[in-house]
Amino acid sequence: MQSLRPLLALTLAGLATVSSPPLRAQTAAPAAKPTSAPSAGALSRPNADPFPSTYQPFPSRPTVIRNVNIYTAAGPLIRNGAVLLRDGKIAALGATVDVPAGALVIDGAGKFVTPGLIDTHSHLGVYPAPGTAAHSDGNEATAPVTAHVWAEHSVWPQDPQFPRNLAGGTTTIQVLPGSANLIGGRSVTLKVVPSRSVQGMKFPGAPYGLKMACGENPKRVYASRGPSTRMGNVAGYRNAWIGAEAYRRRWDAWLATPTGDPPARDLGNETLAEVLRGNILVHNHCYQADEMMQMIDIAKEFGYAIRSFHHGVEAYKVADVLAHEGISASIWSDWGGFKMESLDGIKANIGLTHVAGARTIVHSDDPSYASRLNQEASKSLAAARAVGLDIPAEEAIKWITINAAWALGIDRQVGSLEVGKNADVVLWSGDPFSVYTRTEKVWVDGALLYDRADASQRWRTDFELGYVPNAGGIR
Amino acid sequence: MRYPRFIVQVAVTAALLPAFAGAQVVAITGGTVYPVSGPRIENGTVLIRDGKIAAVGANVAIPDGALRVDARGKWVTPGLIHALTSLGLGEGGSPEFSGGYSDGRARGTDGIAATFDAWRGLNPANTFIAPNRQEGVTSVGVIGGGGMIGGRTALIDLVEATSATAMLRKAPTAMLGGFGSPSAGTGARDEYWDKWRRLLDDVKAYQLRRAAYESGSTRTFETTQANLEALIPVVTGQLPLMLDVDRASDILAALDFAKQYNLKVWLANASEGWMVAKEIAAAKVPVFVGAMSDIPTSFDALGQRRENAAVLRAAGVTVVLVGIGTSGGGDFNVRNIRQEAGNAVAYGLSWDEALRAVTLTPAEVMGVAGSVGSLQVGRDANLVVWSGDPFEFSTRAEQVFVQGRTFETRSRQQQLTERYLTLPPSYRRP
Repeated sequence: MQSLRPLLALTLAGLATVSSPPLRAQTAAPAAKPTSAPSAGALSRPNADPFPSTYQPFPSRPTVIRNVNIYTAAGPLIRNGAVLLRDGKIAALGATVDVPAGALVIDGAGKFVTPGLIDTHSHLGVYPAPGTAAHSDGNEATAPVTAHVWAEHSVWPQDPQFPRNLAGGTTTIQVLPGSANLIGGRSVTLKVVPSRSVQGMKFPGAPYGLKMACGENPKRVYASRGPSTRMGNVAGYRNAWIGAEAYRRRWDAWLATPTGDPPARDLGNETLAEVLRGNILVHNHCYQADEMMQMIDIAKEFGYAIRSFHHGVEAYKVADVLAHEGISASIWSDWGGFKMESLDGIKANIGLTHVAGARTIVHSDDPSYASRLNQEASKSLAAARAVGLDIPAEEAIKWITINAAWALGIDRQVGSLEVGKNADVVLWSGDPFSVYTRTEKVWVDGALLYDRADASQRWRTDFELGYVPNAGGIR
Repeated sequence: MRYPRFIVQVAVTAALLPAFAGAQVVAITGGTVYPVSGPRIENGTVLIRDGKIAAVGANVAIPDGALRVDARGKWVTPGLIHALTSLGLGEGGSPEFSGGYSDGRARGTDGIAATFDAWRGLNPANTFIAPNRQEGVTSVGVIGGGGMIGGRTALIDLVEATSATAMLRKAPTAMLGGFGSPSAGTGARDEYWDKWRRLLDDVKAYQLRRAAYESGSTRTFETTQANLEALIPVVTGQLPLMLDVDRASDILAALDFAKQYNLKVWLANASEGWMVAKEIAAAKVPVFVGAMSDIPTSFDALGQRRENAAVLRAAGVTVVLVGIGTSGGGDFNVRNIRQEAGNAVAYGLSWDEALRAVTLTPAEVMGVAGSVGSLQVGRDANLVVWSGDPFEFSTRAEQVFVQGRTFETRSRQQQLTERYLTLPPSYRRP
């Protein structure tokens, strides 16, 4: 099924090493020992990819969905239109499309099509179901700064939550480390597809993210050893960036003129240096408006950009600032009141942030919410309209598609239905903003990976075999 | 850095509706009325007098001087009942928000807190109450907790009040029995059930030999006298025992236990209930289930599925829908009971059954159907005028009557929203 996989892996591995600069002979080296070039593992290179994606699209056939309503996330709703998926891409889209010979034709009368939904805040695989200590792999809560850890090394591909997210129309997720730490480590962007390895799920070409966390969690977790206060939190971020900037300069200088032994490699600083170079996107868990303003100043002090504030319970208070600074807001539809920093949660948060011009995203941070992002967006749309914000559904669909894609740096590939983009597509039984609507089919890169009508082909993880009763037919 | 002033252009549509006091006569006219106890009434009228429903029907004479609510194009239903909440027992998730108390959780004596009436400690000024009422929830179950026995549950109305007593509709409604985490000195399933048997045997013995107990001539009982007293209504079958069980085999064990002691039992959560639906139906035991999770969250809930409510109902089980799937919000989002109901419909329950499962059925199960849960003459006027189908996201609760009254106090959430419609905000208003 994925026979090209080993070939691709070799190719990518080759790319990763082919540009290694030649090392000059070390005149000061002991004469008896021959000089050897350092291995890739000794070098701290920009955009290194030691765990390359091996994802390959699943087999697909040309598919036309016609007579269907299409939320493109790139323009107005197309009523009774058609879309052609071919070779893993959106090949055509509009009022009608030409049907290629041999194409599967699906009549979408009364139904809706959207891009595959994207969740910017997932812990699938790192906090799998069922919840057990053995699989509690989301927080390396051993030090307040753990920039050296990578979420993908905790992802268990057999987490039964993956197929349930896919069945809800969610095709791409960012899996983040938890929020115990000031700097929690690297995130990874995954296709929600079956695989033996996390590498087989990694979204090709997606940049990495860095998880940072404001506020109560770090100071609670590290109360006894510090940071125990918000000012301690801020000192912690700044100290980390000071070290990272020195590391980046040291390495960039060496890489420009690779003379002598390379500097010592440090995994944590390597990730942070990549943020400073603009190669890794910052995803900052931050509830309170005042803390977001401080994080923006820290980013300016060290010359990096914050890509998205996550949870952003108070984003509505600084939505104009987020818009001005080009920072997206990944927000719950309606969570609040569960701790001091979430007390000011309001259901109009998404709507107010949106109309202020900030890129607004409905995120989950919850495996169950992530399997009905459309409902969460719908609640936010209703709450916005309830306070008089006139937001069309064509805009609201962006909260769970293209805006999320932008936050993950993959908006050129996915997030909207436009010719040439990846054919991540969901067919809904009705308007996705209705509570009664269900997913019918989900395509990832043009391959049909969920079909409500065909239980025999349903993805069941290894874990589920013999443990989770096959309810037969419906999920 | 200065940011340009940002003003959201809105016409705040929060309709300036008159507040209805309990003593007034109110006629809600022209709506589609769902009494739940009977068939839908097109172009119906609901008449409210002295806080009660005075008339319901298509041809209701409207008294002179009645205040009218034009409900043409609207839907009128009983107020929603969320039977399984801890609303009012704290906010913010920390005892710091409640004077150091965790009002939803008693310590009890060795994990047994049968005398604990959580509702007595609820805070009528809790800021979650108004937003939940504003979205159509008029009554909620107040569920405490503790160890093996978590005290007596109650049902309250979401009226504005200064005392918990003034909100009370019924107490107690049930005795809460925990499960799922070993407590009260038990570490194994059989130890848990054995503890229950010994407790109930002791309650019976205590009942028969109270005088001997007072004179100190009985054997030592499993728990305190106060707990023994509180458990008497449970062994006599007067007070239901609510058991929180998920695994199919645990559900069957609970049913066996109930049968052996002739107890009235309710099952909460019952994730794998659908696997033993026939047995639950035969035992005539009601279940409190959600419809929004299909995740095998624990090894006891491997069979969790969204169709649980529908499968159970089809087997004849009495189903009360509760917001189990709306986890992250907790009591902040008791209001999401209507999302739960809508999802139950999407996953197989009929619409009428879903509405019943959040109105009349919980009222019946809790023994208050004579006063709430349906739109019938003589019932308390707990009802909602909706802009459309109450389960749809786009629908708004336009008027919420509790005991014939509406409440105009702007919630904390509304005040925050209004303050930040203009950025930067003025801290002098609203």
